[in-house]
Amino acid sequence: MPLLWLVLTVLALAAAGFFVARQRALASAGGEARKLHSLPSYYGFNAVILTIAPAMALIAIWAMAEPTLIEWRVSGAIPESVAADPGARSLIMADVRRIAEGLNTAVEQGALTAEQARDIGGNIAEVRAQLAELGILLGSDVQPEVLEAAQSYRALGTTGNTALTVLALLLAIGGFAIAVMKSDSDFRARNSVERGVLTILVAAASIAILTTVGIVLSMVFETWSFFGMYSWTEFFFGLEWAPQFHGGSELGLLPLLWGTLYISFIALLFSVPVGLFAAIYLAEYAGRKTRAIAKPMIEILAGIPTIVYGLFALITVGPLLRDYFAEPLGFGTSASSVMTAGLVMGIMLIPFVSSLSDDIIGAVPQSLRDGSLGVGATKSETIKKVVLPAALPGIVGAVLLAASRAIGETMIVVLGAGASAQLDLNPFEAMTTVTVKIVGQLTGDTDFSSAETLVAFALGFTLFVITLGLNVLALYIVRRYREQYE
Amino acid sequence: MKDERLTERSVDMKDIKIAARGVQVYYGDTHAIKDVDVEIQDKTVTAFIGPSGCGKSTFLRCLNRMNDTIDSARVEGDIRLDGEDIYDPRVDPVQLRARVGMVFQKPNPFPKSIYDNVAYGPKIHGMARNKADLDDIVERALRRAALWDEAKDRLQAPGTGLSGGQQQRLCIARAVATEPEVLLMDEPCSALDPIATDQVENLIHELRQNYSVVIVTHSMQQAARVSQKTAFFHLGHLVEYGETGQIFTNPRDTRTESYITGRIG
Ligand SMILES: Nc1ncnc2c1ncn2[C@@H]1O[C@H](COP(=O)(O)OP(=O)(O)O)[C@@H](O)[C@H]1O
Ligand SMILES: [Mg+2]
Repeated sequence: MPLLWLVLTVLALAAAGFFVARQRALASAGGEARKLHSLPSYYGFNAVILTIAPAMALIAIWAMAEPTLIEWRVSGAIPESVAADPGARSLIMADVRRIAEGLNTAVEQGALTAEQARDIGGNIAEVRAQLAELGILLGSDVQPEVLEAAQSYRALGTTGNTALTVLALLLAIGGFAIAVMKSDSDFRARNSVERGVLTILVAAASIAILTTVGIVLSMVFETWSFFGMYSWTEFFFGLEWAPQFHGGSELGLLPLLWGTLYISFIALLFSVPVGLFAAIYLAEYAGRKTRAIAKPMIEILAGIPTIVYGLFALITVGPLLRDYFAEPLGFGTSASSVMTAGLVMGIMLIPFVSSLSDDIIGAVPQSLRDGSLGVGATKSETIKKVVLPAALPGIVGAVLLAASRAIGETMIVVLGAGASAQLDLNPFEAMTTVTVKIVGQLTGDTDFSSAETLVAFALGFTLFVITLGLNVLALYIVRRYREQYE
Repeated sequence: MKDERLTERSVDMKDIKIAARGVQVYYGDTHAIKDVDVEIQDKTVTAFIGPSGCGKSTFLRCLNRMNDTIDSARVEGDIRLDGEDIYDPRVDPVQLRARVGMVFQKPNPFPKSIYDNVAYGPKIHGMARNKADLDDIVERALRRAALWDEAKDRLQAPGTGLSGGQQQRLCIARAVATEPEVLLMDEPCSALDPIATDQVENLIHELRQNYSVVIVTHSMQQAARVSQKTAFFHLGHLVEYGETGQIFTNPRDTRTESYITGRIG
């Protein structure tokens, strides 16, 4: 049964369970809802949860595990003679998938009957012709073993699907039956629903955590295999970034890291004072009406997609800086520059810094301001000597969060700073960042077994570690500061 | 009639520190203080009592223009400190607050060291010529607030690390460090335990030697213990003002009597 139908069936069963269980509970109390332990709809929801939750959990786990399992079985069955090394094996597996999917499409479209598709093996030329008609082109050297593997891939898929359908329906029906049987006036449906809700919430939280773990693990694996091909000292301490198509690449991190940090530094140099002063004005001086207008206006900046900022950098800020600063001052003739990207990124970060700082300044208790004003300090003295020092840890946290956004930014850099990796101090020189090079290494023809591609994961992982460190530090500081007013 | 003339004469005997005439306060459309006249004597503790929401804090905050910091507040009338109109445009409210110090309901030490808390006002007003001078001022203020013995060995420790009663005395030290002439205290003991309350009350007795103290309190026992003069507020009106003994034993207004005997609260 196709997955969609399976899910719909389970849902229909659950809907039926709701009414049946509710009805049964009511009937057991002689139609008097007051004699029931719980409100009638709780019996219904209990049935819904018991019907859906186990079946859906099974379907979800299956959906995640099935491809890997089948892959593993089929790949294991391909003899050594055909697939000598892991690289060749993974190429063959790609063919196997394509043939299997092609045959499935052929059956769906009616070009082949299920029997024909199953028995097609042996004659490679025929398969090729059939699939070509459907627009699926095979490589020239398809061997009989590959075709065989494709067939077993299909067979496993079908068996698996049948097993899943049967199991899921059994679970759903079982849950349905248990819920309906239990539904009488003494059953504590309300408490049972409470446990069900808890389970669902925990499951949602686990998904979020597991995905994070999954992302990190996949990064770690790819990074690991990168360091199998390229020395880590050269990666971390190399001063040259020059990937080549045919080996002999220089994949030094430092020029990229320098570009990243330089651009982020300029962005922060611009956004932190502006954002902070804007926040002080909004939090301490602005009247309620000004605030109601100004705060959303500033926050609109946060809603602009970064690609739009990138265009602004490319078309407006870059040429402006070149014509009025770089060229007259003899700093070069490049419109793409660290300065351009840094300034535009700074504009992007203003609302980020200002709205966080505004919240933090707002959290400084009014009693501290009163205490300062009460001994005869002016408003700005109060802000400078009491409010800001009290808010400082939180503001530092906000700045660190802004920094980690700056470090991860890509679009503005591509359009504003260019893509040439260099170690240079001149802020009007084109430079580039880690993120831009990750994109660069992964676009176009990629071969996931070469160091030139895998370096993207090493870069990504380095970036991840840096921003994670910054975020942890920021959260730690913000939290410490929260405790201060307890 | 006779009694009133008597109290007036006794008021005349001491210097009048603050004289308020026809004071009105509005928060937007709310009329919070209605036509209050009061004369606060020098070197005397004056207590403001009354049910909550009757305007005690509001009136107290008129005396050092803290209401200026509330956007919606509007003050009318005439309030004179030593005969000088404090709402005159030529008066700088910031300077005024150095002369009329304030202690708040909840202890609010700054998240700074004990020393810096006390030195805060003197530094802002440039009262010390050098570090030794400042040290002296801090020591004097802490001694006056009866906190010196407990704090002298930990002047650099954060003020927020003290106990509640110590924190409130630190706030008193911070207020007296600027050498104010009047000290306003808004329910200074409401967040304190009985022992700390006792310490602060003893302190108020001592402060009276040098300052005129105005204290808002919820507790009538406290008013009776610490004050010489008591003003009873009700719904924004100053209902009765007189010697503390007289207010508590022989109130003239029935509302005062009801409040003191616990019938309005
Ligand atoms: N900041 C403010 N804005 C608006 N109304 C206020 C404000 N502060 C006090 N009020 C109102 O003024 C009246 C007097 O308040 P307050 O002086 O705090 O009373 P008390 O200190 O005697 O309990 C109350 O009705 C209160 O609601
Ligand atoms: Mg009050």
